[in-house]
Amino acid sequence: MYARPASENLQLDANGRLRHFLTIEGLGRQTLVDILNAAESFAGVSARTVKKVPVLRGKVICNLFFETSTRTRTTFELAAKRLSADVVNFNIGTSATSKGETLLDTLRNLEAMHVDLFVVRHADSGAAHFIAQHVSPGVGVVNAGDGRHAHPTQAMLDMFTIRRHKGDFAPLRIAIVGDILHSRVARSQIHALNTLGVSELRVIGPRTLIPTAARTLGVHVFHDLEEGIRGVDVIIMLRLQRERMQGALLPSEHEYFQLWGLTPKRLAAARPDVIVMHPGPINRGVEMDSAVADGPHSVILEQVSYGIAVRMAVMSMCLQAPSLEEQPA
Amino acid sequence: MSAAGTSIVNGRLVDPANGIDAELDLHLLDGKVAAVGAPPDGFSPATVIDARGQVVCPGIVDLAARLREPGFEYKATIASETAAAARSGVTTLCCPPDTDPVIDTPAVATLVRRRAKQARKARVLSVGALTQGLRGEQLSEMASLQAAGCVALGNAQAPIVNTLVERRALEYAATFGITVFLRPEDRHLRDNGCVHEGAVAARLGLPGIPEAAETVAVARDLALAEHTGATIHFRGLSTATAVRMVRDAQAARLPVSADVSAHQLHLTDNDLLDFDPQCHVTPPLRTPTDRDMLRLAVREGTIGAICSDHQPHDIDAKDAPFPATSPGISALETLLPLALRLVEEGVLDLPTAIERLTYGPARILALPYGRLDVGRTADVCVFDPRSVWRLDRATMASAGRNTPFHGWEFTGQVTHTLFEGRLVYRSAS
Repeated sequence: MYARPASENLQLDANGRLRHFLTIEGLGRQTLVDILNAAESFAGVSARTVKKVPVLRGKVICNLFFETSTRTRTTFELAAKRLSADVVNFNIGTSATSKGETLLDTLRNLEAMHVDLFVVRHADSGAAHFIAQHVSPGVGVVNAGDGRHAHPTQAMLDMFTIRRHKGDFAPLRIAIVGDILHSRVARSQIHALNTLGVSELRVIGPRTLIPTAARTLGVHVFHDLEEGIRGVDVIIMLRLQRERMQGALLPSEHEYFQLWGLTPKRLAAARPDVIVMHPGPINRGVEMDSAVADGPHSVILEQVSYGIAVRMAVMSMCLQAPSLEEQPA
Repeated sequence: MSAAGTSIVNGRLVDPANGIDAELDLHLLDGKVAAVGAPPDGFSPATVIDARGQVVCPGIVDLAARLREPGFEYKATIASETAAAARSGVTTLCCPPDTDPVIDTPAVATLVRRRAKQARKARVLSVGALTQGLRGEQLSEMASLQAAGCVALGNAQAPIVNTLVERRALEYAATFGITVFLRPEDRHLRDNGCVHEGAVAARLGLPGIPEAAETVAVARDLALAEHTGATIHFRGLSTATAVRMVRDAQAARLPVSADVSAHQLHLTDNDLLDFDPQCHVTPPLRTPTDRDMLRLAVREGTIGAICSDHQPHDIDAKDAPFPATSPGISALETLLPLALRLVEEGVLDLPTAIERLTYGPARILALPYGRLDVGRTADVCVFDPRSVWRLDRATMASAGRNTPFHGWEFTGQVTHTLFEGRLVYRSAS
């Protein structure tokens, strides 16, 4: 039978090192831990007076965004600059006719500029895989979000945040709340948390926002928020897109907040030292109450700052740069 | 008497319509079958094909093959695809109406027939549009299309959304006794889905098409068929539940038939795992349970025909992220091989596999092909059932090289194809 290269192999070279970072799925526990450790070493850089290390000096990193994004693109840009790479940004609307042609043509044009690493965001699931299959050998691809499929750097910065607060993953109970169906962040988090071996992973939301085969992803499905967050160590809230009301997936934001919005009262069902996370931007009064978002359990702003360190780690690993310890000071 | 005609000798003749599976010679004259077994008195063939060790069967009848002409000649042409058909043992092709312009007028049907006649490699029959422009709003001129040679009517990949229009279309078609091809799919449930809604869709984050998109449509179509008395044919079933519904309807003696695309009998949504756009098809690849039920339905006859659902594409159509690619497989050249693989895997015996490719589909449309009794049109396929080969997309005859079966090893290869008694393909070896 004809054997296709498996997607997990696409990301790794012959020695098992990261070549592209497209999805958490198929990566081993050690690779994830390596990313977290590298991010830990880069986290100090942001605190320095000179916020720069020469790890990727002379490299060209291209942010190729087919979907609008300010935050993610900015953190990738900052991460690349702190690694001393040259950065070019391309924001291309997906509304252009014949997406496929545009995508390949764009890619070939940019490759001619000797780009070493592409950071890609695209509205179609599988777009980062597609680009990784078409770049020249030696050029890396980092997925900054493809359709509903994956957003692996977001998931890793969430893992980083959890590890900073909780240390070991093994005993943790974690709940992800909201629109699992359309969330690339949730998919990547689920793979990462299962690979890192948490004690229990739950997803919570109405049936219209949970994939039909969710259990096969290795999660317990809850529809009641309080029941679902009972005894958990970490709650990850997802962003609810306004267009879900139009698609007959939900009746109203009001009812959503009543049933799945996180309030201080509901939060009491979780463990007393629970942390609350959100990939941002938050819809206050829809996914959660401001008292929770700004409250003592919230680690949402930390997530943003850790995002830079995690992206520095991933980009330097994909370009096979020596680790920070091996660099001349 | 001068030499004329063709004899195919020493082969294993498999002609399911006549219950023949025996070592019998076949003699052809003037485009017809002249004799089976002993030659007619004084028969002196101009050509003798020694088919020792080979299987001789009726030419394959394919109920769904897009030739892309008129309108999409950058993908394929009637000339290129009838050549691919000849190489694949296919002698009759039913062409869906979604050409450009749509086959909704006798003029387009006539154009297709004329081009095919020039190509001389296979018989091309048109499926006329059920509604004008396939828009699902106004009825097509069904009687005129029938008179222009359309063998069935259908709405191709654009199922009729408005149930009242579908009711009227079935009633009007029933007036003339025309079989209606229905691709059962509820457009609303399908939404923007591109793969089966299940575990694989959940993992890949691809928008899913639920099983209910097919079963809701099958239920609706069956109810309307019963109500209108129309003869309907389900084109390309993909789910186990739909098979059960069709089986029940047949048991209740409703005039309902069904076919399946050959790839649905082999691939499942597990084959999508690296976003391979070659596996992007409509209806989507479903689960192994569905595939097994489809296989069973082919064996028991609920599904009476295996089709190629041939959809040749240009390179760009598949060169994009999965959801942005065009669905479909260039499938003529894998139709017989995939059916023979079912024999190899013990799903079907050889005569049944051949029946589902020849007499089975012909019977659905009451076509006089797919059988080899004396006096019938001499469409013949000869294949070597032991020849092992590997599909290489670079050497495909079709203009479309889009196939998920590139690199697959198959057993059984066509050596000769005769269309109306003429040799239209002969393998190099």
